Amino acid sequence: MTRYILQRLGYMLITMFLIATFTFFLMKLLPGSPLAAADKLSEEQQAIVLEKYGLNDPVPVQYFNYMVNLAQGDLGISFQFDNREVTTIILDRIGPSMQLGFQAMVIGTILGMLLGLVSAIYHNGFLDYSSTFLAVVGQSIPSFVFAGILQYYVGVRLGWFPVALWEGWEYTVLPTISLAIFPIAIAARFMRTEMLEVLGSDYITTARAKGVNKFGVVFKHGLRNALIPLITVLGPLAIGLMTGTLVIENIFAVPGIGEQFVKAINTNDFPIIMGTTLLIAFLFIFIVLVIDLLYGVIDPRIRLAEGE
Amino acid sequence: MDNYKPQKELFVPVERNEGESEKISRPSLSFWQDSFIRFRKNIGAMLGVFVLIVLIVMAIFGPMFNEYGENDQDLSVAKMPPKIEGLGWIGMDGTLTTVQTADTLEDAERKALMRFSNQEEFIDMTVLSNGANGEAEVRAVYDPYAAKGLEENFWFGTDGLGRDLWTRTWLGTRISLFIAFLAAAIDLVIGVAYGGISAYYGGRVDNYMQRIIEILVGIPNLVVVILMILILDPGILSIVIALTITGWISMARIVRGQILKLKNQEFVLASRTLGAPDNRILRRHLVPNVLGLIIINTMFTIPSAIFFEAFLSFIGLGLPTPTASLGTLIDDGFSSIQIYPHILLFPAIVISLIMIAFNIVADGLRDAFDPKMRE
Repeated sequence: MTRYILQRLGYMLITMFLIATFTFFLMKLLPGSPLAAADKLSEEQQAIVLEKYGLNDPVPVQYFNYMVNLAQGDLGISFQFDNREVTTIILDRIGPSMQLGFQAMVIGTILGMLLGLVSAIYHNGFLDYSSTFLAVVGQSIPSFVFAGILQYYVGVRLGWFPVALWEGWEYTVLPTISLAIFPIAIAARFMRTEMLEVLGSDYITTARAKGVNKFGVVFKHGLRNALIPLITVLGPLAIGLMTGTLVIENIFAVPGIGEQFVKAINTNDFPIIMGTTLLIAFLFIFIVLVIDLLYGVIDPRIRLAEGE
Repeated sequence: MDNYKPQKELFVPVERNEGESEKISRPSLSFWQDSFIRFRKNIGAMLGVFVLIVLIVMAIFGPMFNEYGENDQDLSVAKMPPKIEGLGWIGMDGTLTTVQTADTLEDAERKALMRFSNQEEFIDMTVLSNGANGEAEVRAVYDPYAAKGLEENFWFGTDGLGRDLWTRTWLGTRISLFIAFLAAAIDLVIGVAYGGISAYYGGRVDNYMQRIIEILVGIPNLVVVILMILILDPGILSIVIALTITGWISMARIVRGQILKLKNQEFVLASRTLGAPDNRILRRHLVPNVLGLIIINTMFTIPSAIFFEAFLSFIGLGLPTPTASLGTLIDDGFSSIQIYPHILLFPAIVISLIMIAFNIVADGLRDAFDPKMRE
């Protein structure tokens, strides 16, 4: 097991290194100047600014400096916000993103599991068909379209929750729901499939034959076994949430990483783009690793299969 | 108790007919016929196919239904609400409605009038609450078509520059579908070739090809797509390239897994014994056997490509401004969602329908091709 973890960590480092290198050189190819008002500055002023940010050095030197700083957790200095470090900007803004992602994940998986359970218990009944249909719709409709619907009907027309900004818990409601739709749909479909499979297995029949009632079987025997495979979808779900936050934060004007990222793209703020990209990549790889390891820890059959 | 004993004469020997027992009572069905029958029984999937056909036909012919062009700007008819004769009852009556509240009735009425540039004779004012309890509320319904003396209707309304949204929505659908089909086709070709070659030749070739895939899989496709779009000039082709750069991997993995299973079966050995070259075995024997999975995977790729195109347009990396795609139209709509929600509404409905239809059809195909995989 330890060897497996080390091996995976090694792969992770290599991938991160490749992504960092890849991002760095792509950024060098980018069109457009990072100087916000390049045409207003004189030649000398531009030269001074470029010198200050080390953009006059040969590319390999810049690359080396970037990598050395990166290894120390320093992502450089933003071009747009005077002298602010990318690391601080990201740390300032990670709170709302994390909160939204966490809320959406928790609400999404719990609601989704309930929906899937209902489907499985009332298999081929009306409830099953309606929740399956809801799941397909929830999985298909892009989160930003759903966010638009919510923003207009719930925010503007009904006025139940604020339309945008970030000033208290009620501001998190609409973005959280918009983000949670995808996890709900995926968790519901997956839960339904797994639960049906578990409910069809022999030990469930045995339990039923011994007199455990229907709900007891579902919650006590079925749920635990159906939960194990659900862990595998948590990874793709978390990644879906990351994609979602990029747009949702913009729609609801949430001061998070996603909003910052889109702003950075529009202003050619290379250090922020690189920093955020690396962060997203790191989270992505890290989540996949954690889930792979969790899977082995929780399901003993997998460990046995590896012969350890 | 005596058991009932049937009498012998009740039993009559069956008339033997040698040919009869060997006769096949039903026509034998090929795999595809069988799948098609199963697919046709799936009402949801057939509905999905119907919706897709309607949308594709509209994407091709819809813009020809009226004489407005994609970029015909006319600021005098900007932000017109949708109007279709006979469809007034679902809200497409070409009017704008506002509800205004204020301390007194006059204030509320004045606010409502201001909202529609004081065109008093075309505004229909209803008092909801007369302000006796300190809060007055009025509802004003304004008919911009009458106010501007327009004869022709804008079926889906117009956007902020007075461009006809019917034309732009269907043109946008056309572009989005085109991007998605192209991306899916490229994914298919690369993925099938890569997976097929990797699995069929095996050994060192497979080993190297799989290491490459392992590294590529580690890179989140969101990051790759965004970075590729940043360095390429915005346009249809660069979106397609960005989508395909990592998009083919899942196809390659599926094809490889299947071909690894198939390549040691007898029919492949038989074909090889008869002298078929590798290329023929791959094309004529292995790929057709994986075709079901390939089709299913492609059907799932298309909606995700449509989603990514819209997503990219949304974060400002999509098609350059005058071009309409579902993503750019939705992005446009968000800027005036509070007052003119119709600009967002139609592209949002179309993209949702496309996504739902493709997902349902793909699910249906999966059930039809492999009943064992059915949930």
